[in-house]
Amino acid sequence: MKAVQLIELAHARSGDKGNMCNIGLIAKKPEYYWALAEKVTGERVKRHFEAVCLGKVERFELPNLHALNFLLYEALAGGGTISLCADPQGKTFSTALLRMRIELDEASAR
Amino acid sequence: MIRIANGQGFWGDSIDAPVEQVTRGPIDYLTLDYLAEVTMSILQKQRTRNLEAGYARDFVDMIGRILPVIAERNIRVVANAGGLNPLACRRAVLAVAEKQGIPIRVAAVTGDDISGRLDGLMSRGLEFRNMDPCQPLSTVRDRVRSANAYIGAFPIARALQQGAQIVITGRCADAALALGPMIHEFAWGSSDWDLLAAGVVGGRAIECGAQGSGGNCQVDWETIPDPDDIGYPIVEVEPDGAFAVTKHEGTGGQISVASVTEQLLYEIGDPQKYISPDCIADFTTIQLAQAGPDRVQFTGIRGRPATDSYKVSISYSYGFKATGSIAYAWPQAYRKAQAGDRILRGRLPRLGLKFDAVRSEYLGASACHGILAAEPGPELADSLPEVALHFGVRSGDRAVVERFTKEIAPLVLNGPPSVTGLGAGRPKVEEVVAYWPTPIPKTEVTPEVTL
Repeated sequence: MKAVQLIELAHARSGDKGNMCNIGLIAKKPEYYWALAEKVTGERVKRHFEAVCLGKVERFELPNLHALNFLLYEALAGGGTISLCADPQGKTFSTALLRMRIELDEASAR
Repeated sequence: MIRIANGQGFWGDSIDAPVEQVTRGPIDYLTLDYLAEVTMSILQKQRTRNLEAGYARDFVDMIGRILPVIAERNIRVVANAGGLNPLACRRAVLAVAEKQGIPIRVAAVTGDDISGRLDGLMSRGLEFRNMDPCQPLSTVRDRVRSANAYIGAFPIARALQQGAQIVITGRCADAALALGPMIHEFAWGSSDWDLLAAGVVGGRAIECGAQGSGGNCQVDWETIPDPDDIGYPIVEVEPDGAFAVTKHEGTGGQISVASVTEQLLYEIGDPQKYISPDCIADFTTIQLAQAGPDRVQFTGIRGRPATDSYKVSISYSYGFKATGSIAYAWPQAYRKAQAGDRILRGRLPRLGLKFDAVRSEYLGASACHGILAAEPGPELADSLPEVALHFGVRSGDRAVVERFTKEIAPLVLNGPPSVTGLGAGRPKVEEVVAYWPTPIPKTEVTPEVTL
């Protein structure tokens, strides 16, 4: 097994809806999608963002776009106009997710 | 085939992009999005002071710049610049056209603004419960500033059908600005769900301006060509709903499957149920293919029947806030910023100030990614060239926030050394406006066209 950081496998974009943040995670190559779908579960993302995401994490699959969409509830300290954060709309949550490391077997890691 | 170009992703976006879109290549329609949620409350304040205000003034200046070109090339413009006062915006545009001696037909779409009808609707039993958390509007009714329904594309299509060259709306779904022209040109019906869904996805691909054409794109970001001359996205639509996203030849930026996919995923919820006023689009049916340089083809999009309600965005006052920053330089910049934070947090109770929220962040160390960025170890913390302390407070009481704003500047003399106030002066107190998303039955909203 080999630990791979998501930035090697995927790109992402994030945005806000009220106090909820969405992160679209997109495989850099179509063949990476299944590893992402298997390893980057909602529970895993919830753990990754535990310090900021007070609510649940929902995951949706878009195999057609080789992408996953995550909804992080209660993740923006009030959100939009209310939050005192430097990033009140969660625009940089995209690359925060790409910090995550997942374990791949040697074959898929190549 | 028609070409619909976006020239504005939000109010504050490039003021030259619309000019470039109408001059650097062929287009049939120019769409401009001016309304963020926060914009409506700003416009509401302006309208309170002046009954002829309350719309995006920049749009009128913009029309002044492009009017000769759009008149000559027969380009039609659809913009939500009307804000809270589409009729006044229409009058201002007509005045500009008259001044330039260019006759033009301008339509305003109204009916989205339900703020004046809230009490009547509530007395008939509509509770306007917040979608999250589920409270009735009565809990904040006395603090409401604006209330607008996100209306759909059919009123825009109707205005175009009646001959408008410029259509000005108030609040409508962002994608409706592009879907309206498609409905008009191709005579799509109100239950052509697949076609409407294709139009919604096409509108969405361009609605955020250059964020759909290589801006803010993570793939190969360093090699995306000429971002100083970035081309805004254009959608080329066929009558059967097939479309491609592209941009003018010779402009910078990039239209790739990667850049387009990022835009499609921006601010979405359940991808199988992307709810627009005119249909539900299923994003899991979208097929993308690179069809040439800076050209992505979309096919396969399926839609389902629209819901029976519009989304309403209600803004209401939520108190006051202020945030300020101060920067500390090497050595031990991070530790100095932490010491500055401790001083401020020590001062506030001494002054007897209580807040609903207090937050400190360390720009240069951990502000954006928080603890995910891993607390800098002692060695890194001591070697960072500079760290800015970003400190904010929020309260329902303006006076305590005002008092806080006088506490940051003294740190330049009273705290840790090698410090700069960033030339910003005292922070400003801002009124916080919060949003209350809620549904309204479609039967309660009647969009109207004034031409």
